[in-house]
Amino acid sequence: MGRKLVLNGNHAAAHACKDARVQVIAAYPITPQSPLTELLSQFVEHGDLKAKYICVESEHSAITVCIAASSTGARTFTATSANGLLLMHEQLHWAAGARLPIVLACVNRAVAAPWNVWNDQQDSISQRDTGWIQIYCEDNQEIYDRIIQAYKIAEQLYIPVMVCFDGYILSHTLMPVETIDQDSIDEFLPPYKPHITLDPENPCVLNLVTFPWIRQDHPDIEKLGGYPELRYQLQQTLLSSFEVIEQVDREFGEKFGRDYGLYIEYQCADADYILMAMGSIASEATVAVDLLREEGYKIGMLSLKLFRPFPAEILAAYADRAPASTYIIIERGLSYGYEGAVCTEFKAALFTHQIQKNVHNYLIGIGGRDFDVYQIIEATKQSINAIDNGQTYKEMEWINVQK
Amino acid sequence: MEKNLLPKDLPKEEFLLPGTRACSGCAFALAYRFALKALGKRTIACTPASCSTVLSGMYPVTSLKIPMLNTAFESTGAALSGIRAALDILGKEDITVLGWAGDGGTVDIGIQSLSGAAERGTDMIYVCYDNEAYMNTGVQRSGSTPYGAFTTTTPTGKLQKRKNMPAILAAHGVPYVATANSSYPIDLYLKFKKAKDEFKGKTRYIHIIAPCPPGWGFHTKDFIKIGRLATQSGLWPLYEIIEGKMILSKPTRDIVLGKKKRVPVTDYFQAQSRFRTLSDVQIQQIQAEVDQEFESFKQNL
Repeated sequence: MGRKLVLNGNHAAAHACKDARVQVIAAYPITPQSPLTELLSQFVEHGDLKAKYICVESEHSAITVCIAASSTGARTFTATSANGLLLMHEQLHWAAGARLPIVLACVNRAVAAPWNVWNDQQDSISQRDTGWIQIYCEDNQEIYDRIIQAYKIAEQLYIPVMVCFDGYILSHTLMPVETIDQDSIDEFLPPYKPHITLDPENPCVLNLVTFPWIRQDHPDIEKLGGYPELRYQLQQTLLSSFEVIEQVDREFGEKFGRDYGLYIEYQCADADYILMAMGSIASEATVAVDLLREEGYKIGMLSLKLFRPFPAEILAAYADRAPASTYIIIERGLSYGYEGAVCTEFKAALFTHQIQKNVHNYLIGIGGRDFDVYQIIEATKQSINAIDNGQTYKEMEWINVQK
Repeated sequence: MEKNLLPKDLPKEEFLLPGTRACSGCAFALAYRFALKALGKRTIACTPASCSTVLSGMYPVTSLKIPMLNTAFESTGAALSGIRAALDILGKEDITVLGWAGDGGTVDIGIQSLSGAAERGTDMIYVCYDNEAYMNTGVQRSGSTPYGAFTTTTPTGKLQKRKNMPAILAAHGVPYVATANSSYPIDLYLKFKKAKDEFKGKTRYIHIIAPCPPGWGFHTKDFIKIGRLATQSGLWPLYEIIEGKMILSKPTRDIVLGKKKRVPVTDYFQAQSRFRTLSDVQIQQIQAEVDQEFESFKQNL
């Protein structure tokens, strides 16, 4: 039987790994991720989880252990934050290029310099182009559920999955979490059976140097292609992965009564304005919506769950369908020199599909700067006033920052 | 070690096939061939960016008959820990995990992950095949390039001494550390056998000198000779460090015992173009250091 536990986000993730029967774990301590892997090492030490826990000397080695163990046929897990994730960057590309179903929990934290251990999402946003699937969680239950889903998605697509959740706000905050009984999880998530591994009985060499051109010196070689063909396959798999991600989520929902989708909408059906956010900030935004509704504003909230692959067509179709004229995107990470990353992606999606909307962008809570629902409300009103005065475009704005 | 074993007595099965992409006269390819004969079929290898990447072939063709994982330059030690962990959890403990990295991938960019793997006591055989510079990128100096050697980044000869990597690994408490030389294939073969059979389950480190015709500046036909000169001159002594105790291998022990004559270091230097900028004073200094080291080897008899 599943149990109802009171867990912080880190421990919810650790329980999910245990229940997903992860076989090889490698991690390096970093705030605020450390309690996650501490609990996992306890699970392994106490025999609650039959796995190898490798205490590595860096995050680069942590992800490398996962790459090598996954290539040898084991289900693998690692977790990190901030500069740890940045140190993994080379190997994130490697894991995706090698098509390995690794699952990584990113406990979102601001990146240095200067040093800052508090929350924003600059770390995972900066890994946008590595070829990983990125899922953002809103609460601790979702962390547990998404990690289990992540293995099923990753192992079906041979694409690594990063499950992201906000440091402290989720990682260190207790919430009730319903775990699922082992038999049901085993049924949902069968053991990992890779199509190819390092095996002396069937020897093959992985990640060989691959030419830019298609080799012509053997008939079978021609079918396999060169480097661009392999990279094309990665891109195509990512672009066609929405169906798998949604299907896994639906199946999870049917079995366990919880599903999330690629986005969650709140009070959007009749909304003129939609607040859009990713991660725990979306929960905060629902409170803003309730308060603004009390004041008579027709406003809703859209919580984006998937950043990569970016559900451009799905969001454009949504925007086309929904009555809202304006999207107010609140973010915790940006592309320096431009604007919030979600905002850029969303605007591009609208443009591609020739949908005209007002899109405003606010940056909030960078480096853990505390903010409350009233700041979201204030920003929202500011945008609404601007629109009312005909100012449909405005540059990204920092909320609650001394300028 | 067994006596009177000849190359023709070794297992006939080849795990490194002919026609690799290694240069002709490449010593590490020969070392790889003999090492794999000793380790056998149930071996999984791992190689970082290096000449060994090139030797392994171009997708989808390979010269290796054992499974091999290419990994990022600095990550061999960690990758070996990962392969080992997966094999252990999947119940395949009998498989030997072999790292095959160059000197750059070992003593420079890869030293951290190797140190981590050694400290964890990863059940692996880690090999540094040492051609004493970054040969795959065009002969740039590494932390293992010897003093005085020309490389494209030390145009007047390297001003620093090399790292003593076997000593660094021995200082980690690695129970089996050895040096080897492909010009002494039986010695090399037996060291791999010993590493595999007598130190199973532990970290093992073998450092092999790998003469490189284009990088060192000698004719391909001479690569065995150059390798022999390295050991005969005392510049590449052959030994094992077992549980911290140094045991000289026969070619070096015979020199220390006086059964064989040590050749002057100039014989080795003059056989290659990379030492052409060495002055007489520098050569005398190097000779004095080798003399001193061999004096100290007497304690290890």
